[in-house]
Amino acid sequence: MASFKPTRIQTYPKLGEKVTEDTLYWKSYKPALQIKEFGAVTKIEFSSLPPHNYAVTASTRIHVYGPHSQEPTRSFTRFRDTAYGGSFRGDGKLLVAGSEDGIIRLFDIKSLGALRQFTGHSKAVHATSFLSDGFRVVSGSDDLSCRVWDVASSVELSSFTEHTDYIRAVAPSKLNPDLFVTGSYDHTVKVFDVRTGSSVMTMQHGHPVECVLLYPSDALLVSTGGRYVKIWDLLKGGQQLVSLKNHHKTVTCACLSSTSNKLLTGSLDRHVKVYNSSYKVVHNFDCAASILSLAIAPNDSIVAVGMTNGVLSVRHKKQKEEKEMLTDRRRRGPAYRVNVKGKNFGPKQYDFLVNKPAKQHLQKHDKQLKSFEVSKALDSALEAWKRSSKPEVAVVVMMELNRRGTLKNALAGRDEASLARILDFLLKYITDPRFSRPLLTVGDIVLDLYQQVIPQSPVVERLLQRLLELLGREAELQQEFLQVLGILDTLFASLNLRKDVATLAAPPVAQGSQLQAA
Amino acid sequence: MFREAKNMVERSDIRVVRCGGSKINFRPPIISNDSRFVLCVSGDSVKVYSTRTEEWLHSLQGHTKQVTGIAFNPANHLQVYSCSADGTVKLWDFIDGILIKTFIIGSPLFALYVSKEHEGVIFLHLSKGTHHKNECFQLVSTHLPKSADQEVEAKELSVVSSHISPNPSCTAFGRGGEYIAFARKLQLDVYFFRKQKTYSFYLKATDKKGAKNAFTCIACNPTDDCIATGHEDGKIRLWRNFNHKKEYTYSTLHWHHNAVNTLCFTPEGTNLLSGGIESVLVQWQCGAGSKKDVLPRLGGSILHVSASPDGQLFCVSHSDNKITVIEDGFKVSGLIQGLVTGDTVLTDLMIDPRSKALVLNGKPGHLQFYSLLRDKHLYNLDIVQQEYIYEAGLDQFEVVKAVFDVKGSWLATVEERGRESSDLEFFLKLWAFDETTQSFVLNTSISAAHTDRIISMCFSSSEETTMLVTTAEDSQFKAWCQGADADTQQDQNFWSCDFVGSYHNLKPTNCTFSADSSLLAVSFQEVVTVWSPDTWELLTTLCQPPGQIRDLCFGRLSCSKYLLGTTTKNLLCCWNLLTCALEWSTSLEVSKLQADPLSENVAAFSYQSKHTDLFVFKPSEPLPLFTHEKVCSEKVHRAIFVPREELLNGCDERCQWLNGSQLYFLTQNMDLMTFSMATEEDRMLSSSKRLVIDDSIAVTPFYLLLGKHRQQQQKLNTPSHPAADKPQQKQSSVSIKQLLHTPAHVLPAASVLCSMFVNSLLISNTGVREEMESSEQEMDSEKEEEDSEGEMETRDSQQDLRAQGSVDEVTPKLSKAQERELKRVRKTDFSWMTGLIVSKP
Repeated sequence: MASFKPTRIQTYPKLGEKVTEDTLYWKSYKPALQIKEFGAVTKIEFSSLPPHNYAVTASTRIHVYGPHSQEPTRSFTRFRDTAYGGSFRGDGKLLVAGSEDGIIRLFDIKSLGALRQFTGHSKAVHATSFLSDGFRVVSGSDDLSCRVWDVASSVELSSFTEHTDYIRAVAPSKLNPDLFVTGSYDHTVKVFDVRTGSSVMTMQHGHPVECVLLYPSDALLVSTGGRYVKIWDLLKGGQQLVSLKNHHKTVTCACLSSTSNKLLTGSLDRHVKVYNSSYKVVHNFDCAASILSLAIAPNDSIVAVGMTNGVLSVRHKKQKEEKEMLTDRRRRGPAYRVNVKGKNFGPKQYDFLVNKPAKQHLQKHDKQLKSFEVSKALDSALEAWKRSSKPEVAVVVMMELNRRGTLKNALAGRDEASLARILDFLLKYITDPRFSRPLLTVGDIVLDLYQQVIPQSPVVERLLQRLLELLGREAELQQEFLQVLGILDTLFASLNLRKDVATLAAPPVAQGSQLQAA
Repeated sequence: MFREAKNMVERSDIRVVRCGGSKINFRPPIISNDSRFVLCVSGDSVKVYSTRTEEWLHSLQGHTKQVTGIAFNPANHLQVYSCSADGTVKLWDFIDGILIKTFIIGSPLFALYVSKEHEGVIFLHLSKGTHHKNECFQLVSTHLPKSADQEVEAKELSVVSSHISPNPSCTAFGRGGEYIAFARKLQLDVYFFRKQKTYSFYLKATDKKGAKNAFTCIACNPTDDCIATGHEDGKIRLWRNFNHKKEYTYSTLHWHHNAVNTLCFTPEGTNLLSGGIESVLVQWQCGAGSKKDVLPRLGGSILHVSASPDGQLFCVSHSDNKITVIEDGFKVSGLIQGLVTGDTVLTDLMIDPRSKALVLNGKPGHLQFYSLLRDKHLYNLDIVQQEYIYEAGLDQFEVVKAVFDVKGSWLATVEERGRESSDLEFFLKLWAFDETTQSFVLNTSISAAHTDRIISMCFSSSEETTMLVTTAEDSQFKAWCQGADADTQQDQNFWSCDFVGSYHNLKPTNCTFSADSSLLAVSFQEVVTVWSPDTWELLTTLCQPPGQIRDLCFGRLSCSKYLLGTTTKNLLCCWNLLTCALEWSTSLEVSKLQADPLSENVAAFSYQSKHTDLFVFKPSEPLPLFTHEKVCSEKVHRAIFVPREELLNGCDERCQWLNGSQLYFLTQNMDLMTFSMATEEDRMLSSSKRLVIDDSIAVTPFYLLLGKHRQQQQKLNTPSHPAADKPQQKQSSVSIKQLLHTPAHVLPAASVLCSMFVNSLLISNTGVREEMESSEQEMDSEKEEEDSEGEMETRDSQQDLRAQGSVDEVTPKLSKAQERELKRVRKTDFSWMTGLIVSKP
């Protein structure tokens, strides 16, 4: 005796984004937390030491936030003009920032007070950073020069004026304390060595460079500018590895996720894109405004995005452990221990296991189909929650009933409420190209069955009226589609040189509509 | 050209033989007394299956036409009668598969009934029909003549009823064989043997509710005077008191919603089993009203139900060539599955490249894998994956197309429904072979592959890329590839459409890839288009009007530059693809063109003047290698070359095309036929003989002892003087063989046999006497056969003489009656043994 085969619910391919591990990973962030700053957020940087505080440079202040605080734990407001490029020292104890007035200030995180001021730049300093030894600061300025300062003595150690336009990006090497990279609006990226006193490498980005980024190994360099993100191989003498063009406006910022080896870029087009190690976009965040700055915590727990409208958007990663704890407790059931005897017995290696025959679990409508209760099966497939969330179940049951030749029986003899339910369903899904064919037969049968009694019920009459309008609209739409299709066909035909070679397939949507119109 | 050539080739030693997979559901199966064996008719033989293991044990072969009925000999439960359309009734020992007797009746027989009360009488179903239109069936009884001959003519037929239903399940014997009931259309007749009187009962054709009352089957309660009849509308009527003309009564049971196909009472008469199209076996409790058990979803509508004599086992035979064994607790305990051909085979015949099994559509919605070598059903692959509703007149999904790729790692199937009605639904499914489960797993299901039904499809035959091409009635052909769809960004291992092609909006009919997959030929009515699958460029078109292209096939190996095509207007064309010109053509009505995958040969089945001829040829030359006239009388639409397990070294030139692979074809009667060579048959025979000898000598301690003894004797004898000892050696071995070869249950009691056996082992002192005795024995037996029962004295004296001669000291004097008894025992035995000895030299 064969077991009953349940009706097979057809799964339809989900169009759009494909679910991969990456999307799951990047989707596991909580909804963004919005913090209003005083002006456009130009720079965000995380401290490399836990608890990974982050410094946010906006307008004339630099705020330092803790990982879970919405209020700044520290704020540095001693700027006369707009502050730029607040960045931490490697040990997270000092913070350096440039400003519109050309003065570079050095702060102690603990004491709030300014420790040093480096004066010498004649124009705004947009990029500042500590070199990896922690004793020197490098700065890039709009006066076309970049300078190296000594922290202890606050004197200028060296100055490079090789760029011919504003310098807007500086990135120090993490391994060599004498190397740093600058990016400028003169479309070039230069690698400087303090020891030689000049640039050792120059790369042509082709667009004004907004941001430069060195990989932790110093082997790869990322530069962003214009719509392009370019990756350079420093070990091969600055050869371009890839050029990515995934944004449709200027790419303003980039950062690296250290744990998952991903590159993130933010752009004025309001998107943050996540690239995997082979530089394919694996995920995309949307933001409310154009993005100026972007940073990710060293353990990926926070993604902070700064925007032109002065909003700092912070996304926290969902805490997995909490959830598991909760579900664990629920699963364990009551805490008392009775009748545990034998239940914790596991089979030994040589035991012969006799499995219980697995009981076939059937859905409600399948059970009713099995016992040939057709009307009930249709009712249970049209249950309220299924109707809205799983319309394919109801449609499959209708098709199955049609195959069995009992659809008419199932639809017949219904009262006003249940008939209205069916008509509601038809109204909702009859234009869906996936379901329209079986639902049209259902509609036909309903009309045949209830022709005489329709005037008795105003509810049903109203629904039918709506159905008529809907179908009329749909027919017009189909006609338009066909017209477009005809235009396209002529276009394709004129494109194809050899006519007898196959005509191109019409797009699937149009095909579906053709069917429906027929 | 072909026709002329045909005359030159004379008949060869290649025969058309029916091979495996004949119907086992033609007549009700019967279960042996000990419930160990189930017998069923299967084509021109009777097959014996084991009920426990469901294995096919052997078949009783001897009839020349369809066997139409089997029944156990009521006098001996180890013997079975079978009747056949060749006009004979044969009596078999079914355990050993020995033919005991043949009764020649003369006219074709359609069914056979026996009853315990009518010993020596069998009842047969004959066709009276001289005129074909209203063929009349009659039930006759015949006394089987008691003679010792192998073949006996039984001419004395006495008609019981001259007007019965052609359906053999409409006749049944009543309690204790007192009466026989038969139904025909709306009439139920009961014939009482003792009164020699027939009572007839009539039903109206329809009643008020529109029920159809025609009888479909009948069964009689073996312990009670009660007749159960099944009707077309699914009702079962239980008739009682039918030995009165007027006062008969009946009650009605109704569960089936379609015609009741079969009814069967359990031997105790407590339960009634019924089955119909619904594939549900219903067990009614007699006398308990409509109390019933049901056993649903047995698969295939039920044709026959039979119960074992002890009532512990039921056998249900189904329309899909299957016998279900149902044990006591009303549970299915076994399945015997034959090759399912049904009424139509919708798919082509295919060979699974991995298992080398024949694949075709089997039970509804499934593909069946059938091993031709072992003549055994391997498994069913569920294609439709939907509950099949067994109901008359329901249009459900059927597998209509299936095709394997070269390596057998992909299977493409098309299922459709609603071809008659307007709403056609069909699915194209692609199945991947899963190494771990060793079966096919659904990979992709495409719901609207084309806008109209798919006509043909084929896989590309190259090893590295698999591509499927489908042609459909929407005048397009489509190429499908794995993971080509960039729009949906699905995983790479799903199939999607790669290319859509058409040619002047003509309907494509056939498509085929060349052997190296570099060319695709698609026929559009009269035109053959040749495409390059790499660039999808139309390379050339070939056309040979008039007539649309029916079949297409590329030549293989050395003939790969040829493309063969057949048209509806009796033309077989061969194009040369290098010159793009017609190489040759011949006027031949080809119904099926099949290329051998292992050689250049192409087989063409041609239907002309009411019979089918076979031509085997190479595309390079327009002369056939081999022709076979009158292969069968119907059109052949399905054929397949099956690669052999091992290559045969054919000696004859004309048989060489059969060396690498064997050609199977399916007739319109759904018989699977093949061509077999003489050499092959010889080999089969010799192997079977060897097998028989091996089987017959069972390795028992007794045998080992004897064998050792004999070996010792041989060792002793061979060096000295073998010639002198030979007769004696033979004599002893013959008697041992007699003993060993006769089944234990037909041997007389051991006490009777013992003395004879011991005697046979004794070494007699004189060879002369031995010879004398043996000649005497022969004479004796001849006389015995001639003599009638009455004359006993003469033989008794002879018996005395011989007894004295051989065992005078050992046997004490027996009384006359005792001796007669012994004599009879030995006489019955003797024919057996001689038969045995003759058959096994």
